[in-house]
Amino acid sequence: MDVLFFLEVLIGGLLSGTMYSLVALGFVLIFKASGVFNFAQGTMVLFAALTFVRLVEMGWNFWLSIAVTFAAMIALAFAVERLVLRPLVNQPLIILFMATIGLTFFLEGFTQTIWDSNVHRLDLGIKDTPWDIRGMLVSQFDVFAAVAAGTMVATLAVFFNKTRIGRALRAVADDHQAAQSVGISLQHIWVIVWAAAGLVALVAGLLWGARLGVQFSITIVALKALPVLILGGFTSVPGAIIGGLIIGASEKLAEVYIGPFVGGAIENWFPYMLAMVFLLFRPQGLFGEKIIERV
Amino acid sequence: MERLRKIGDVVLKMEGISLAFGGVKALADVSFEVRAHEILAIIGPNGAGKSSMLNVINGFYRPQQGSITFHGRTRKQMEPHEAATQGIARTFQNIALFKGMSTLDNIMTGRNTMMKRNLLWQALYYGPALKEEIEHRAACERIIDFLEIEAIRRAPVGKLPYGLQKRVELGRALAAEPTLLLLDEPMAGMNLEEKQDMCRFILDVNDEFGTTIVLIEHDMGVVMDISDRVVVLDYGRKIAEGTPDAVRANQTVIDAYLGVAH
Ligand SMILES: Nc1ncnc2c1ncn2[C@@H]1O[C@H](COP(=O)(O)OP(=O)(O)O)[C@@H](O)[C@H]1O
Ligand SMILES: [Mg+2]
Repeated sequence: MDVLFFLEVLIGGLLSGTMYSLVALGFVLIFKASGVFNFAQGTMVLFAALTFVRLVEMGWNFWLSIAVTFAAMIALAFAVERLVLRPLVNQPLIILFMATIGLTFFLEGFTQTIWDSNVHRLDLGIKDTPWDIRGMLVSQFDVFAAVAAGTMVATLAVFFNKTRIGRALRAVADDHQAAQSVGISLQHIWVIVWAAAGLVALVAGLLWGARLGVQFSITIVALKALPVLILGGFTSVPGAIIGGLIIGASEKLAEVYIGPFVGGAIENWFPYMLAMVFLLFRPQGLFGEKIIERV
Repeated sequence: MERLRKIGDVVLKMEGISLAFGGVKALADVSFEVRAHEILAIIGPNGAGKSSMLNVINGFYRPQQGSITFHGRTRKQMEPHEAATQGIARTFQNIALFKGMSTLDNIMTGRNTMMKRNLLWQALYYGPALKEEIEHRAACERIIDFLEIEAIRRAPVGKLPYGLQKRVELGRALAAEPTLLLLDEPMAGMNLEEKQDMCRFILDVNDEFGTTIVLIEHDMGVVMDISDRVVVLDYGRKIAEGTPDAVRANQTVIDAYLGVAH
C-alpha cells in the first residue's frame, strides 16, 4: 500500500471531519441544555448562509455582513426561546422535538421568502488549489475550513468548560430543578445555547456554502451530524469533536479502499452504517456512561 | 441544648397556603412563620406535604391560594430565580447534584447569583471574569474545609457515597451564602455517625453565620436535638406547632404521627 497516498486520504478526511464536528456541536449544545434534538439545525445553516450571501451581494462589507448575520442568529435565539420553548416548558420532550420540526418548516419558508431560492455563489477568497507537501496533495481550502472550524470548536469548548455560563449550562444539563435552585435561569441558558448554535450554523454555512454554493440542499449537512452524534454521544462536546474526525476520516478511507470493490460512491452512506454498527456495541456513545436501567 | 443566639423578627410568613395536584390536596390552608436565626423543623408522615411546602417557599410549586411574605414583600407565589437571588438556598430530598461535575464545580454553581461579570468578559475568559472566578473559588474552598470534604474536591460527585453527596449538596447551598436555608431530609439514609456530622454542620452554620434554617426530618431524636420550633403537617394540614417538647407531648401529634410506624 502506498503510505503517502493513505496519509493524503486520511488527512483530507480528518480536515473535512472538523466541519462535521462543528455541525454536531450545534446539536450537542442545544441537546445538553434542553434535552431537545433540534431538527431545525440544518435550516439554521441555510438561513445564516443565505442571509450572509444576500447581504454581500447587496454590496455590504464582508465583516459587516458576518456581524449582521450573527445578530440575526441571536435574534432568532431570542425568538425561539420566547415563542417556542417558553410556552412549552415542562411539556414532554417529544413535544419540543415536534416544535423544532415546525420551526424547520417555518424557517425554510421564511428564509426563502425574504431572500430567494436560487443558488448563490459564495466566495471567501480562498483558492482551492492543493498544496504539495512532500508529495502529498492537501487542499488549501480544506486546511482553511479545518482551521476555522477547529478554532470555533475549541473556543466553544473552552467557553463551556471554564466559565460560569459553561458551568451553568452543564448544571442545567444535569438537573433542571437543582440548577434553578441556585438561581440559574433556564430561559437565559436556552437563549445562549441557541445563539451559540446559531454561530455554529453561520460558520458551517459559510464553509459549506463556499464549497457547494449556497442553496437549499445545504440543509442536509445537518444529516451528516447524525452519525457523528451517535458515535460521540448527544451530550458530549469532546464526543462531537472526536466523532466528527472519525466520521470524516473513515468515510474518505472507505471510499478509496472499499469503494472500488462495491462500485464506489459509498462515502454517502458509509457513516450511517458505521454508526449503526457502533450502536449495537456502544449505544451510549464513545464518552457516555453505560446506561443501566434501574428496575 | 443551650446555645447563644438571638431569635429575631419574622423573615418568612406563609399564610393560608393551599396547593392541589388534580384531586390530591398536598397543602390545605397552612400558615406559619419563620423567625430570623431560628431552626424550624417541619415533620409529619410520608405524603403529609412537607416537601411540597419547601417547593412552595422556593417557587417550584405555585399554590392556588395563600400568600408568601419574605423580607417584608408579600406575593402570591415565589419564582425560583427570585428566591435564589433573595437569599433562599436549598437541598433536595432525593439528592439533586450535578452528577457529571466535580465537588468543587458543584459548589461553585452555588455562587451563580453572586457572579456578575457579563457574557462578553466570560467569552474572553480574561480580566475581571478570571479574577472573579478566582475569588469565588477561594470562598468555595473555605466551604469545602468547613464540611471536611477536601479529599473529594476533584471527584465527580456521581460516584461518591450517598452520605458525602448529601454533604456536597449542603455545600452547594451554603456557597450561596443564604439567609434562609431549606433542607429536605438532610439526614435521610445516613448512618449514625454521618447523622451526627450533619447535625453538627447544621448547628455550626446556624451559630456562625446566623443562617435561618427550615428543615424536614424524620428522625425524632434529631428534631428534638436541633430545632427551636416544630411545625407538624398531616394530610396537608398543620396539626400542631410549638417547641419540640410541647409537640412531643401533644396528643393529636402522637395519634397522627408518633404512633404511626414509618
Ligand atoms: N409534582 C407533584 N405532582 C403530583 N402530586 C404531587 C407532586 N408533589 C407532591 N405531590 C403529592 O402531594 C402530596 C404531598 O407530597 P410531599 O409534599 O412530597 O409529602 P412529604 O414530603 O411530606 O412526604 C403527596 O400525595 C404527593 O403524591
Ligand atoms: Mg418529602
